[in-house]
Amino acid sequence: MHFVMHLIHVQQKRCGIKMLLTVKDLTIKLMTASGSAEAVRNLSFELEQGEILGIAGESGSGKTMTALSILGLLPYKGKASGSIIFNNRELIKFNQKQYREIRGKEVAMVFQDPMTSLHPMLTVQVQLTEHMRHHNSISKAGAREQALKLLDTVKIPDPVSALNSYPSQFSGGMRQRIAIAMALACEPKLLIADEPTTALDVTVQAGILKLLDQLRKEKKLSVIVITHDLGVLSALTDRILIMYAGSEVESGFTKEVLQSAKHPYTRGLIEALPDSEGDGKHLLAISGMPPELGKFPTGCAFHPRCNFAKNQCKEVASKVLESASKQRIFCAINPFSLISKEIN
Amino acid sequence: MNEPIIQARDVVVEYDGIAKKVRAVAGVNLSISQGEILGLVGESGCGKSSLGKALVGILPLYEGEVYFAGKKVEKITRKQRAPFLRNLQMVFQDPYGSLNPRRKIGSQIGDGLVIAGASKKEALASAKELLARVGLPKDAIERYPHQFSGGQRQRIAIARALASNPTLIVADEPISALDTSSQASISNLLVTLVEELNMGMIFISHDLSIVRRISDRVAVMYLGKIVEVGTTEQIWNNPAHPYTKALISAIPHADGRATLPHDLPGDVPNPASPPSGCRFHPRCPIAEPSCSKIEPNIIELRDGRKVACVFQKEGNDVIAINFNKVKQ
Repeated sequence: MHFVMHLIHVQQKRCGIKMLLTVKDLTIKLMTASGSAEAVRNLSFELEQGEILGIAGESGSGKTMTALSILGLLPYKGKASGSIIFNNRELIKFNQKQYREIRGKEVAMVFQDPMTSLHPMLTVQVQLTEHMRHHNSISKAGAREQALKLLDTVKIPDPVSALNSYPSQFSGGMRQRIAIAMALACEPKLLIADEPTTALDVTVQAGILKLLDQLRKEKKLSVIVITHDLGVLSALTDRILIMYAGSEVESGFTKEVLQSAKHPYTRGLIEALPDSEGDGKHLLAISGMPPELGKFPTGCAFHPRCNFAKNQCKEVASKVLESASKQRIFCAINPFSLISKEIN
Repeated sequence: MNEPIIQARDVVVEYDGIAKKVRAVAGVNLSISQGEILGLVGESGCGKSSLGKALVGILPLYEGEVYFAGKKVEKITRKQRAPFLRNLQMVFQDPYGSLNPRRKIGSQIGDGLVIAGASKKEALASAKELLARVGLPKDAIERYPHQFSGGQRQRIAIARALASNPTLIVADEPISALDTSSQASISNLLVTLVEELNMGMIFISHDLSIVRRISDRVAVMYLGKIVEVGTTEQIWNNPAHPYTKALISAIPHADGRATLPHDLPGDVPNPASPPSGCRFHPRCPIAEPSCSKIEPNIIELRDGRKVACVFQKEGNDVIAINFNKVKQ
């Protein structure tokens, strides 16, 4: 263990950047009605301090499971293997007691639906201060003070009366702000936001995006945003990772990936957007459907829907190609010619 | 333009609130012609869905009237629904809730045909054809809804709406609950059907980019009223109402440029007690003192669009809305 820690330190010194989170070869097995199935396969990514990483993909692509595994919240009989190094600690071996120490304190999560992620029968004050008092030795009055500050940070009008209100007294956007305040209560280093704006109107969504961007700048907060909305990723993130059937298909700086995507699936997603060029009212849809859990195709999982697929894609796992600017694709064909070297 | 298939006049929909009545739709005029797609947009709680349901006769009208194919649409019990209303169909947002989980697909699609007088056998045969039409295998009639994905279920819901040869479909957020890749294909399916069958469609959505792509005309709703209606190009390139402008500038674009969209502070007010004057004035970045007193009428501008805002003058060109020279 000490040896591993030593290696990590050496690596960080060499790179000169402090990685807050390093996920390597993460594989998540879930129990389904028809036996064990891999929901995430060999996923690797890194996150620096103050960086916003976006994870995109369709439902069932494993984005949420990846997030839950970092928090140790996988569903019953779910098992993660590989390595998740957060702030120099290996989380994969953590037991629930150890997880409780970092959950909410160092890593916090905001969920999609603020209707269900807040307790309807507890006041905002109770929900905002509960974990503050659990993690830090702080008096009730002190926690209340801090809760007021938090509500101010997330721009809830009239924080004093908000503290004594119940979630049902707020609109969806305000509830999501409260959920964010809750996540920020113990000043976490990493915030994971799973579809934080999907349930909201565009006008309200814009406000939440602004808030997350501001938090990153002011508090040097690292954020993982999970969403299927490429527009949200473009507005907010530094880097993105596109997932398909539990694996990464492409990653890189947001600008590069969105402006010159190199994987056929990423291209497909971008071309299917209503903003893209196309045939009048018709959109360029990706044919077929994403595979179900436990029925991921062999070889490159995307090959049944890929216009560029060749015979080899059915059997051989995709090659990993990476450009000098760290744009990376998992594709054996490389149809859009990413200038790269092959890595293993 | 040809004769409108549906015409709504001064439609008002009210719900019984706790203390007082909630006016979800507060006087809406609307018409759609054959082969036309009208996009109906607005934030949640603005009355889009209530209007859609009132148009097909699921919700009773409190005031006003709706004419479909020249005849009046009235809210009546299921057994009494007038035969001409079979051509007026609705597709709902959630394909998980709108299909009966305990009945086979074939019989659910065939329902409309059986009511119209077909035998069960004929209905099943037609159901097969309809499934093929929406891109599903014919043997799906023997299966149950849970055996299909969200996108496929929405196709089934569309096939069910098509069973009674509709001339108008009201699609209430038909793609919002779906995955990115199925969104594009379901929207393509709807567009193709409108073109091939020369139907009209009201496409209710909060996703403005998709509305921009597929609609011929767009109606923007705010708190129970239509604030602007015009061709998609007019609305998009030069919005005449501040709310339309705010909605458009809130859309994030996937162009990789890292530009944060503009937010519109505040929420849609409670329709039980709408603000005085112009309903949008508390959130409007360019509101003037008079806006809180006078409710603007909807007027027609030179380019033919209609808008309800004091900044625009009847019969004149659009005055561009500029949020920058606003009060500080």
